[in-house]
Amino acid sequence: MSVLVNKDTKVLVQGFTGKNGTFHAEQALKVGTKVVGGVTPGKGGSEHLGLPVFNTMKDAVRQTQADASVIYVPAPFAKDSILEAIDSGVKLIVCITEGVPTLDMLYVKKAVDEAGIRLIGPNCPGIITPGECKIGIMPWHIHQPGRIGIVSRSGTLTYEAVAQTTALGLGQSTCIGIGGDPIPGTSHIDALKLFQDDPDTDAIIMIGEIGGSAEEEAAEFAKSYVTKPVVGYIAGVTAPKGKRMGHAGAIISGGKGTAEEKFAAFERAGIAYTRSPAELGKTMYELLKSKNML
Amino acid sequence: MNLHEYQAKELLAKYGLPVQKGILANSAEEAAAAYDTLGGKFAVVKAQVHAGGRGKAGGVKVVKSREEAAEVAKTLIGTNLVTYQTDAAGQPVHSVLVCEDMYPVQRELYLGAVVDRSSQRVVFMVSTEGGVEIEKVAEETPEKIIKIEIDPLVGAQPFQGRDAAFALGLQGPQVAAFTKLFLGAAKAFIENDFALFEVNPLALRENGELACVDGKINLDSNALYRHPELLAQRDKSQENEREVKASEFELNYVALEGNIGCMVNGAGLAMATMDIIKLKGGQPANFLDVGGGATKERVIEAFKLILADESVKGVLINIFGGIVRCDMIAEAIIAAVKEVNVTVPVVVRLEGNNAELGAKLLDESGLKLTSAQGLNDAAEKIVAALA
Repeated sequence: MSVLVNKDTKVLVQGFTGKNGTFHAEQALKVGTKVVGGVTPGKGGSEHLGLPVFNTMKDAVRQTQADASVIYVPAPFAKDSILEAIDSGVKLIVCITEGVPTLDMLYVKKAVDEAGIRLIGPNCPGIITPGECKIGIMPWHIHQPGRIGIVSRSGTLTYEAVAQTTALGLGQSTCIGIGGDPIPGTSHIDALKLFQDDPDTDAIIMIGEIGGSAEEEAAEFAKSYVTKPVVGYIAGVTAPKGKRMGHAGAIISGGKGTAEEKFAAFERAGIAYTRSPAELGKTMYELLKSKNML
Repeated sequence: MNLHEYQAKELLAKYGLPVQKGILANSAEEAAAAYDTLGGKFAVVKAQVHAGGRGKAGGVKVVKSREEAAEVAKTLIGTNLVTYQTDAAGQPVHSVLVCEDMYPVQRELYLGAVVDRSSQRVVFMVSTEGGVEIEKVAEETPEKIIKIEIDPLVGAQPFQGRDAAFALGLQGPQVAAFTKLFLGAAKAFIENDFALFEVNPLALRENGELACVDGKINLDSNALYRHPELLAQRDKSQENEREVKASEFELNYVALEGNIGCMVNGAGLAMATMDIIKLKGGQPANFLDVGGGATKERVIEAFKLILADESVKGVLINIFGGIVRCDMIAEAIIAAVKEVNVTVPVVVRLEGNNAELGAKLLDESGLKLTSAQGLNDAAEKIVAALA
């Protein structure tokens, strides 16, 4: 078991023949992910990377029985691609694309929720179950099959947590990069719930950043629902107010969404946290040690 | 991207919103002519800058003659206006909006809207407490702010406008007028990809009519590709020069007050790097995300940007090479340091793919580069180098 994806997950690539789609599909195939084909409208019937290309997601799902799709199309087409994926019958959609307009996501979020489909992203590294399935752009080799579930709004900061937990021999059950946009398909709360309910996850690292109140809401949720050990971290203590820090969602506006408020929420919820991004692994290690869980 | 007041008002007028009449003036002469054209007894001259709090900062003045209009315009244009929302340098004033005088008014209301992340809706906010800082109202008397959630599929509905109008205490034909205004604003928000919209104050005039006395619009940068006419209205003079330069090279750069320049891949890690510098007793000079594809060209541009800030006394490069190879990044850094002629200490932390090979290349380059192992080591080394 793991969360959302495993060795049996069949993946379609939307934007398959493009530069990003090609590169990352190749990487995923190399490590044994079951990529079963992809979609590029107009190129249906051809082959790419030795796999079938389809014109539409409906065709692709009908012929491959895929469970998941990963989207590498440019931002102006992301909304359409996600809606097409919903309509095709896949149960998991991972949108890597960066720069999707926020209003597009309001429609998309409502559509995925109504269809009961899990969307991860956009503007995210994707999801990985080490040793089994990689859907996204994360480097495979730093991961190690293990017990820690990691959820994060940031890509490279997720890798940081992965490398640190690998170095300490804890490994990861599944890592979910939920992305840095204001309206993410999957929230911290969704990820916490998935990890709490997953028998293969023993503990959770939750990485947030400035902007919005998703981390505060997640902390509140964790207090009532999550019994597994959680380590929290928030990036952006030194970020100035009113400035967007790279991610569309990383902005302190109207004095709200500061790192200090989020750390305070961790404190109130009794979540262990660290203020140093270099000590994500160590903090988890010590927490597990104190609970005799090593 | 922000719009100026005059741009926002123009846009809102297209959606049928009643806006205060105004004429843009780029000089004292134009301001005087605008005063004449408006033909009133009084006029209001407003500095056009991307910042709130203009009134208290002296950027909004009532004038009683064409001479006075010219005088005020002359004083404002060409200066920098410092308000509580700007930094110490303030924002440059290149033009003023000469507006019809609307006062006295019966009441000052508030109308605003944002994309609310918690409810995942566009949420309008109205209040009887217009004309003041709405953040204060929200904090001290939150019950005075009425929220209206817009369903993304159904859109804004007339009944929502009426609800709000009655809650604001509007009467008779004012209710229909407000409803029309609200529906127009909601349409403008959706059709133009606003991120934030604010009319403060929304005046209820003595004659019973509503008027937008101010207009603030912030656009979703990710959606500008589908609004070329709005993108053309961007005023780069209102933005930080280095941040504008960075955006031309698709680098995310934000200037800060410290002296340690940072170059990082990924926004989250870039923030975390700033934070750990602070934790170790240093002060970051900037946020800089070179993005996923840290090529030689981008690393060179990033170096130029960081070093253009004269307060930078050292640079920390923190790259977590996921898919990209660290030896390639090391080569890019070496080439950049040579080309840009970097004289300050540079600490480089490379992690991930081929990290050891990358570190070796840096050590053998003969350049003043210090390689570091891990985040802690990197932050400690750069802070120590500046001590």
